[in-house]
Amino acid sequence: MNKLTQQDKVQDVMSDSGKQSNTEIIAQSLKKRHRKENRFRFAGKMAIAFGFLMVSILLLDIGSKAMPAFHQHWIKIELQYNTQWLSIDSSDADQETLYAGDYRSVLKNSLYEMFPEVSGRRDKRDLLKLFSSNNEFSIRDQVLAEPALLGQTVSIWVLADDDVDTYYKSQYTPGKAGGRINDKQALWLDKLYQNGQIESRFNTLFFTNGDSREPELAGIKGALTGTLLTMFVTLMISFPIGVAAAIYLEEFAPKNRWTDIIEVNINNLAAVPSIVFGLLGLAVLINVFGLPRSVPLIGGIVLSLMTLPTIIIASRASIKAVPNSLREAAIGIGASEMQVALGHVLPVAMPGILTGTIIGLAQALGETAPLLMIGMIAFIVDVPGGILDPSTVMPVQIFLWADSPENAFLAKTSAAILVLLVFLFVMNFSATLLRKKFEKLGR
Amino acid sequence: MTASTLIFIIALLTLFSYWYGMQRSIKVAGGTTEIKRMRSLPQQFGLLTAFCCGLPALLLLLLWMIFEPIVVESLVVSQLPAAVQELSSADLGLYFNDIRLLAETQINELAGKDTNLQVALYLQQVTQKASYLKTALILIAALAGVIIVVSRFNVDFSARVISERIIKFLFLSCSIVAIFTTLGIIMSVLFESLQFFKSVSSLDFLFGTKWSPQIAMRSDQVASSGAFGAVPLFAGTLLITVIAMLIAAPVGLMTAIYLSQYASPTLRTYAKPMLEILAGIPTVVYGFFAALTVAPFIRDIGQALGLTVASESALAAGVVMGIMIIPFVSSLSDDAINAVPVALKEGSLGMGATESETIKKVLLPAALPGIVGAMLLAISRAVGETMIVVMAAGMAANLTANPLNSVTTVTVQIVTLLTGDQEFDSPKTLAAFALGLMLFVTTLALNIIALKVVRKYREQYE
Repeated sequence: MNKLTQQDKVQDVMSDSGKQSNTEIIAQSLKKRHRKENRFRFAGKMAIAFGFLMVSILLLDIGSKAMPAFHQHWIKIELQYNTQWLSIDSSDADQETLYAGDYRSVLKNSLYEMFPEVSGRRDKRDLLKLFSSNNEFSIRDQVLAEPALLGQTVSIWVLADDDVDTYYKSQYTPGKAGGRINDKQALWLDKLYQNGQIESRFNTLFFTNGDSREPELAGIKGALTGTLLTMFVTLMISFPIGVAAAIYLEEFAPKNRWTDIIEVNINNLAAVPSIVFGLLGLAVLINVFGLPRSVPLIGGIVLSLMTLPTIIIASRASIKAVPNSLREAAIGIGASEMQVALGHVLPVAMPGILTGTIIGLAQALGETAPLLMIGMIAFIVDVPGGILDPSTVMPVQIFLWADSPENAFLAKTSAAILVLLVFLFVMNFSATLLRKKFEKLGR
Repeated sequence: MTASTLIFIIALLTLFSYWYGMQRSIKVAGGTTEIKRMRSLPQQFGLLTAFCCGLPALLLLLLWMIFEPIVVESLVVSQLPAAVQELSSADLGLYFNDIRLLAETQINELAGKDTNLQVALYLQQVTQKASYLKTALILIAALAGVIIVVSRFNVDFSARVISERIIKFLFLSCSIVAIFTTLGIIMSVLFESLQFFKSVSSLDFLFGTKWSPQIAMRSDQVASSGAFGAVPLFAGTLLITVIAMLIAAPVGLMTAIYLSQYASPTLRTYAKPMLEILAGIPTVVYGFFAALTVAPFIRDIGQALGLTVASESALAAGVVMGIMIIPFVSSLSDDAINAVPVALKEGSLGMGATESETIKKVLLPAALPGIVGAMLLAISRAVGETMIVVMAAGMAANLTANPLNSVTTVTVQIVTLLTGDQEFDSPKTLAAFALGLMLFVTTLALNIIALKVVRKYREQYE
């Protein structure tokens, strides 16, 4: 109806101008119409430009925020493995006593000797604050690996605290306070810096550590492992079920109400908000079946229920695209229905199915909300070892870090986002490649 | 034995039975040269044997895993003193948990007269017995399946037909998973919501204007009764959705029109990936962008203009959500526009209309149902979007239409109520499920309407 009236209007306008048969009026209105045309095109261009602008702002913003996270500052100190400070008797130093040594006081006293001008409790504490709290453990590990170090003085590089790191990564004037570094600390730092005792290195800890409360130690290895485990479970569940369902619906399902219900169901599930799947996981898997919280197994199950519709819909499209002549030929030489479906249709449809699966997995990879529901939001330091270990995943790690008050986590969050985006890019790129190859084969 | 070891053993047995079935069928045929007498190939016999070995065993394992905790708990509870048995189900659950913890430790046989220890010991024994029984039953099921099927092998036995029927049934059950998922969602959300509506009246929930789900620890505490009026949440969701659609609808629609009608192939090769990037970015990244870049930006502009802007404004969340939905709107509108027969467009152009007139007066009206469907789907996505609003919109349940204020949404409250410690009998936790029900019903309704609209309109042209 609507369409008709609109068309009538167009015709009316045209017949009106025709009645007057005044070429000038038409020429004038033509100018106006062309102006309108240009305005319309301009609006379209602006819409696309807006999209490009937003993509570039977003990527640039995150990229620029992430850069600082990829390097961090180390400080070179003269460390004296003084056995007295360690309270270790060097004569009978077995691993156990070495382990129990007081490495904190070694670090402290060595620093006090490096800065003899530092006195007073507050100043001493400020000096210690320049170094990461993890250093005493890394020193301990060095001694455990090489007990001959006892009693010697060595100059080693130790990790700076995140406040120092932030200070050097911000706009600072040497020797002047900035950020959470006060004037005195700035002077000490400047002295170290002048002597070449402060160095910026590539941040390997970011890739080899689990989560931590200390920004300089926090890494993504735990979250990345958790993500891989969760994705593994998701793939293992959603791929076979999705493909089997698609084959059934395309090749075997009779045209009746049941099939219709299943189809409508799948279409509706595809549009259910992801958080609702989290509610399902919480109420059914955790509350009714009593499965443990925060584990990749549950995360994987929930995510596979979520990605199933995507995979089924893509697989069905791919199976539908297989030419019917193939089926008929196979049936003609005596293959059974099942043999046609599994032996002839499925291999031809496989690239499309894989493309759909990768896209579905990419969706699941970036999904956060349902995992919050099933408790994958816990603070977990250890790298998970299996699908039943508590763990977190990359998007949730990003969410956790984004909520952190520490300024240094801002860069970490952006860096984690970059890593996640790289993963997504690789997945989507391979899906596109697969699709291209498939299209070529089809021709 | 743990479930994973059992599954591993079943898998090994299944592999073995495949081989065994093959060998048996060859023997029944009377040697490799006589296979052609059989109605099915040895591999098909093997497959059938493997199915008969693995499927019953796995099914049994699944059933066992579902029912074991229930049976064991009722057995143990029957051992408890009568006073304990009369506790409410929640307290009983806690009590049972204590006993379970006790049972995980080593208990001395002569634990004495402490009833809890005795019951824990009993629990240990029961689980031990159950474990043996489970292993034995599953192994018997697997072996029995193999023996029964192999005993029926003969020349006329069509293993292929039977195994294909089994495969078909497995495929069917895979496609039913979708129905079970929907049922599971409805049941889980509905049951918990009904529980919730027992303590809070549904009218208060739907029409109340005060939302403060804190439940007091003690009854005499100030503000002890939580308020569960969800109107501020609905209003907040609506506000953010409207802002998002104000951005996404025009930009997405114009993008679709320009790309399908005007754009050069070069522009298209760049613009399509751009849209794909926008569509592929995880929502948590958008949330980060909204909270740490867009929100401060909007606040600074607002302050420069002399406006008071909350640091978590609805505007920031809405704008970023709009950006997120652009590719969604544009790809769906693109489909709708492309589905309009070319004859309509050509007719209009032939009459002398300019391209924009053709688009505005012919193409868009013809594609309108499809575009409306696209917008409805986009709205449903905006309503259900979680991470952007969790990170960029606030927690405060303000009932306001001012986009510069902080508002909260249904999804934000679900996340807030359900992260952290929770008990399944407090209205606070159950409220999240009631909100989930509202969310599910709303998005489902939007989808059904959208799909109907789109389908009806497709039929018009086909």
